[in-house]
Amino acid sequence: MRVPLSWLREYVDLPATQTGRDVQAKLISAGLEVETVEQLGADLKGPLVVGQVLTIEELEGFKKPIRFCTVDVGQANGTGEPQEIVCGARNFAVGDKVVVVLPGAVLPGGFAISARKTYGRNSHGMICSSDELGMGDDGTKGIIVLPPETEVGKDAVELLELVDEVLDIAVTANRGDCLSIRGVARETATAYGLPLRDPALLDVPGPNAFGYPVEVSDRIGCDRFTARTVTGLDPEARSPIWLKRRLQKVGMRPISLAVDITNYVMMELGQPLHAYDRGLVQGTIGVRRAEEGEKIATLDGVTRTLHAEDLVITDERGPIGLAGVMGGANTEIADHDSTENGANASTEVVIEAAHFDQVSIARTARRHKLSSEASRRFERGVDPAAAAAAAQRTVDLLVLLAGGTAEAGVTEVVAPSAPHTITVPADHPDKVAGVVYGRETVVRRLQDVGCDVYGQDELIVTVPSWRPDLAEANDLAEEVIRLEGYENLPSTLPKLPSGRGLTHRQRLHRRVGRALAGAGYVEALNYPFLSEQVFDQLGLDADDPARRVVRLVNPLSDEEPALRTSLLPGLLGALRRNDGRGSHDLALFETGLVFLPLEEQGVAASLPVDRRPTGEEIASLGAVLPGQPRHVAVVLAGAREQAGWWGKGRPADWADAVEAARAVARETGVELIIRKGQYGPWHPGRCAELAITVDGAERVVGHAGELHPRVVKALGLPARTSAMELDLDALEQVGDGTPQAPSISTFPVATQDVALVVEEYVPAADVETALREGAGELLESIRLFDVYENAEQLGEGRKSLAYALRFRATDRTLTVDEASAARDAAVALAAERMGAVLRG
Amino acid sequence: MSAPNKSYDPVEVEALKPEEIERMRDEALAAFAAADSLDALQEAKVAHTGGTSPLALANREIGALPPQAKAAAGKLVGQARGAVNKGLAARQTELEAERDARVLVEEAVDVTLPYDRVPAGARHPLTTLSERIEDVFVAMGYEVAEGPEVEAEWFNFDALNIGPDHPARGEADTFFIEGPDGSGDSGVVLRTHTSPVQIRSLLDREPPVYVICPGRVYRTDELDATHTPVFHQVELLAVDEGLTMADLKGTLDHMVQSLFGEGMKTRLRPNFFPFTEPSAEMDMVCYVCRGESVGNPDRPCRTCSSEGWIELGGCGMVNPKVLTACGVDPEKYSGFAFGFGIERMLMFRHNVEDMRDMVEGDVRFTRPFGMEI
Repeated sequence: MRVPLSWLREYVDLPATQTGRDVQAKLISAGLEVETVEQLGADLKGPLVVGQVLTIEELEGFKKPIRFCTVDVGQANGTGEPQEIVCGARNFAVGDKVVVVLPGAVLPGGFAISARKTYGRNSHGMICSSDELGMGDDGTKGIIVLPPETEVGKDAVELLELVDEVLDIAVTANRGDCLSIRGVARETATAYGLPLRDPALLDVPGPNAFGYPVEVSDRIGCDRFTARTVTGLDPEARSPIWLKRRLQKVGMRPISLAVDITNYVMMELGQPLHAYDRGLVQGTIGVRRAEEGEKIATLDGVTRTLHAEDLVITDERGPIGLAGVMGGANTEIADHDSTENGANASTEVVIEAAHFDQVSIARTARRHKLSSEASRRFERGVDPAAAAAAAQRTVDLLVLLAGGTAEAGVTEVVAPSAPHTITVPADHPDKVAGVVYGRETVVRRLQDVGCDVYGQDELIVTVPSWRPDLAEANDLAEEVIRLEGYENLPSTLPKLPSGRGLTHRQRLHRRVGRALAGAGYVEALNYPFLSEQVFDQLGLDADDPARRVVRLVNPLSDEEPALRTSLLPGLLGALRRNDGRGSHDLALFETGLVFLPLEEQGVAASLPVDRRPTGEEIASLGAVLPGQPRHVAVVLAGAREQAGWWGKGRPADWADAVEAARAVARETGVELIIRKGQYGPWHPGRCAELAITVDGAERVVGHAGELHPRVVKALGLPARTSAMELDLDALEQVGDGTPQAPSISTFPVATQDVALVVEEYVPAADVETALREGAGELLESIRLFDVYENAEQLGEGRKSLAYALRFRATDRTLTVDEASAARDAAVALAAERMGAVLRG
Repeated sequence: MSAPNKSYDPVEVEALKPEEIERMRDEALAAFAAADSLDALQEAKVAHTGGTSPLALANREIGALPPQAKAAAGKLVGQARGAVNKGLAARQTELEAERDARVLVEEAVDVTLPYDRVPAGARHPLTTLSERIEDVFVAMGYEVAEGPEVEAEWFNFDALNIGPDHPARGEADTFFIEGPDGSGDSGVVLRTHTSPVQIRSLLDREPPVYVICPGRVYRTDELDATHTPVFHQVELLAVDEGLTMADLKGTLDHMVQSLFGEGMKTRLRPNFFPFTEPSAEMDMVCYVCRGESVGNPDRPCRTCSSEGWIELGGCGMVNPKVLTACGVDPEKYSGFAFGFGIERMLMFRHNVEDMRDMVEGDVRFTRPFGMEI
C-alpha cells in the first residue's frame, strides 16, 4: 500500500516538522512494514509553470514531426513575452493549457533545462509530459493538457502536487484495514497520540424501499450490499488534477471520472466499489453462487467459465460481475473518450458497496488466477460497517465532480450479525509479554485500537468492525504489547530442563562430515532436482528401482521435475562444474536426503486442527510420505596426491572411493562388507558392493569404485572419475557407537612375513580372512604390504600377496617356534581354502 | 678375567710399572686428541678403553700380583683409566659439538617448501554455521529435532494455523508433489519452512518442549544473487508453563551474543505470521558498525547498508491454535518460536556476496571455511 504523506496529513494533524522518514520509524515500531519512503520531486527545481499554446508551426524535413510553438507563460519568464519552444509531441492544440519548464529548471533525474538550438530553432524550455515530471502514468502517453480553466503563469509544481513523500507499506495478510489511507491514518494517529479525523464518518441516509432493487440469495457469501444511484452525469466531466494525482501517487492509473472516483474511495476507505452503467443493467441485481460452467466476460477482456462456488453479481440475463473480484464487461461504464463521439457515455450509474466472505473471494481469485485490488482487500478483511459511508462518499464525489444528482433511493441488504466480543483476563497481555502493564494501560491501548472495553479483572472486549483479525485473546495482547512498544520488552531467559546433547544420528552425521573433510573431501550441497534422463546417462537398468521418482507438480525447470533417488547426479554435476572452472584435482562429498517413492502412492488427508490428531491419523500422514533416507556420497577425479618436490603424485582411483566407504563405516562402528560388485554407473571390473549385516542377513547399502567409461562420457566427466554412495541411515541403525578397549600386551612382538601365490581372481579379502582364522589368537595384526604379478615367475593368471603377520601373547614372550607354528597354521588354512602356495 | 694367581713371580709382572701405566694413559689421551671425528674417536675408544686395550690388559694383571702389591697397582691403573675415560668424554663432547655445528647445518632443509600433497578438505559453511547455531542452543539444554523434507501439507500448513484459504498459504511459493494420478492433489509438498518439525516435536513429546530445528527448505524462487529455491533454516520452539515474550527476547539476545560477541542485541518489530501471536520481525544490531554508520556518511557500513540493524527473521509467541492442534493445553502452556535463514546469516557474517556461491559447490568457495566456522 502506497500512502502519500500529504493525504495522510488530511486525517491526522502531524506536526509540520515530521518527515516521511519520521513517520516511517513510528509506523515500523507500531508494526507496519514501511519498506521505503519515496521522495517525489525531491530533485525537481523550477521554474515550472502553466502556459497556453499561442502558435504552432510544423517544421518539415526531419525524421519525425517537430513543432515550433510559442507559449504564453504570463510573467513567469520575467518578460511576459511568448516563450519559444520546440516540441516533438502532437497531442495538443493552439489554446491548450500545458506545463512548461523554463531554462534554469532541473527535472527529476537531474535533467537540467537550458535554452538551446535544436531542429534549426532556438528552444527556451520544454512542454512537459507526465513521465518527464516523474508523475507516473496518466494514460495519455503524451504531454499534459491541463483543464482550460487553469491559470496561465501559475506554479505547476504546486498545481500538480509534484513534491510529496510516499510511504510504501508491505501490509501483512491480517491487516486488510491498512490497505486504505483510513487504516494507515488510524495507526499513525495512535502512534503519535493524536486524534483521527475518520473519513468514514459521514452522514448517510438510512435505507428505504425505493433504491435500486437488489436480491441477495447467498447471505453467507454476501452479508451486506448497499446500492446507490446517481443520474445526470456530465459525459464531458474529467477527473480533476488532485484526484488524478492522488491515484497516481498510490500507484493507480487514472481512467475515467467515474472509475477514478470508485478507485479513490477504495483507497481512502478500503471499501472496494463497483459502478454499473444503469442503462446496461437489466432488472434486479442479484448475488448468488454461479452455476457450474456458467460464463462471464470480465473487464480484463477474458471470458471465464465459472465454478459452482464462485460468487457472482447478476441481473436478469445472468452474471454481470465476479463478486468482489472484477466486474463484467456487459455493464461496464463508458466515458466520453471511450465511446464514439461520446454517444454512449454513461450518464446514470448504480454504485455497489458490498461485503463478501473472505474465503469465498480468496478461492475465486485463486481459481481464476485473478488477483485484483478488490479481491486483495476482501481476502484480507474489509470493514463491513464502512460500506454505506463508502457508497455515500462515491455519490458525493459524482455529484461534486460529474454534476450528477443523487437519487433518494438507498438499498441496503444486511445479514444480521452481532459484533465480535472477546473475554480476556485484564492481566493476559502482562502474562504474554512478561511485563506488568496494569489494567489501566491495557484498557487504554485496546481503546486506542477502537475496541469497547468493559469489566474489571475479566475484560469484555468488543472489537471494531475494521479489525476482523482480532479474534482471540492473544490478538488483543499483541495490540497492547505493540502499542506499548516491542522495543520496551525486557530480556529474560527461561529455565530449561537439562538437555542431553545431540542424538547418536546427529553426532554421526557430523562425524562423517569431519572424517571425509579430514580425508581431503570438500562438501558440496546440491539441489535435489533432476531430470530422469540422467538415469540413462548413469546406465541404470530399465527396471532399476532408483528410476522410480517423486515428481513435482510445479518444478522450477520442466527439465528437472523429479527429486533425487541418489546423490550422484548432483555431486557429479558439481564435479563437472569445478572441472570446467579449472579445478581438476577434485574430491567432493555430500550427505543429504534422497526421496524414494512408496510402492503405492496415496494422498495425505487434511486432518482437523481443533484437537490433537489421533495416533492413527498421524500415522496415515506418515504412510503417504516417500522414504527419505540420508545418504553419503563422494566423487573423485584428477590427482588424489599432488606431485611436488617430495616426489610423484598419485591419481585418484577406485581404491580412494572404497576407502571413503571404509572411512564412513569406521565412524559408524559398522563392519562393512566389501566385495566385488556390478552396478549401473560403475566400471564392471572396478566396482565394490558395500554391504552390512542386519539381523543376521546381509543387506547391500551402497557401491564404490571407478565409474563406467560410458557414464563418464555421457556425463562429460574427467576420465576415470570414481565415486561412492552409501545409505548412511542404514549404517547408523546397525552401528555400535561404543568402541571397546582392547587389552594391550607389553610382551615383545614376533613378526613373520609370508608371500602367498594365488589365482588372480581370488579376492585378497578372502585370503586375509583365511590367514586370520588360521593364525589363531596369537595373531595381533595382519597387513598386506605387496601385491605382485609376474607371469614368468608366478605363472600365468597368478598373483603374489605379501603379508606381514605380527604375533604376540598377552602373558609371555613368544618363542620363535610358537610364532612360526602360528604362521604355518595360517598359511595352511589359506592353502586349503584359496589354494594359496607359499612363495619360496 | 684371569683367575687369581697362586704361584706368581713378581719379577715377571713388568706391566705394572708406573711409567708403563703413564705411557699407556698418555698414548690414549694423545689418540683421543688426534681423533678428528666421532668415528675416529670411536676407533680410539675401542683401542684404548676396550677389552683388549693395554690398560684393560694391565688391569687384568693386577689379579696376578701378590696381595701386598695389589692395592698400589689397582690405584695406579684405576687413576689412569679414570683419566682416560675423562679425556674420552671430554673429546666426545668436543666432537659432538663440532658435529652439531657442522653436520646438522649441512642437513638443513628449506622449511618454507610448500606441502600440498593432499590438499585439505572442508565442510560446507552452511553445514558448519548451522551446527554452530545448534551448539549454542544445545548448551542451553535444547534438543535438535529433524524431520522429512517431503512433508504432508497438514504439518507444513494446517497445523500451523495456515488453513487452506489463508492468504499466507498462497504466498508460500510452494513446490507441490505430484499425486497418484499425476495431479497436484497429493496433500504433500516440499516443506517451505522447518516449522513442520516443530509440530512433529510437539506431537512426539510432552511439554516442556525445547527444540531447535535446522534443515533444508524449498520455495519456488529462481536462483539469483539473493535467492535460491533450496535453502536452510534454523527454527526454535519452546513450550512450557509461563513462557513470555521477554523470554523470547532474552533467548534471541543470547543467541546473537554467542554468535557475534558481547554487547550484541536484538530488536523486535511487530509483524504477522499465522503460527505466532503476537508476532515479530527480529533484527540484530549490526555486528560490524554497531550502529555507528547510521546518519554518518563518513563511515558507511556495507554489512547493514548503514541501517544499523540487520534483519534476521520472524518470531513470536506460539499461536494457541497451534498448541491446540498438537494437543497441548493453551490455558496451561505458552511458547515462543523463531526462525531464520542460514544463507542470509552466512552472507552477512562472512561477506558472501552472491547466493550462487553457496549452491554451486565450487571448492574455491568452500575450502577456506575448513571444519568449523
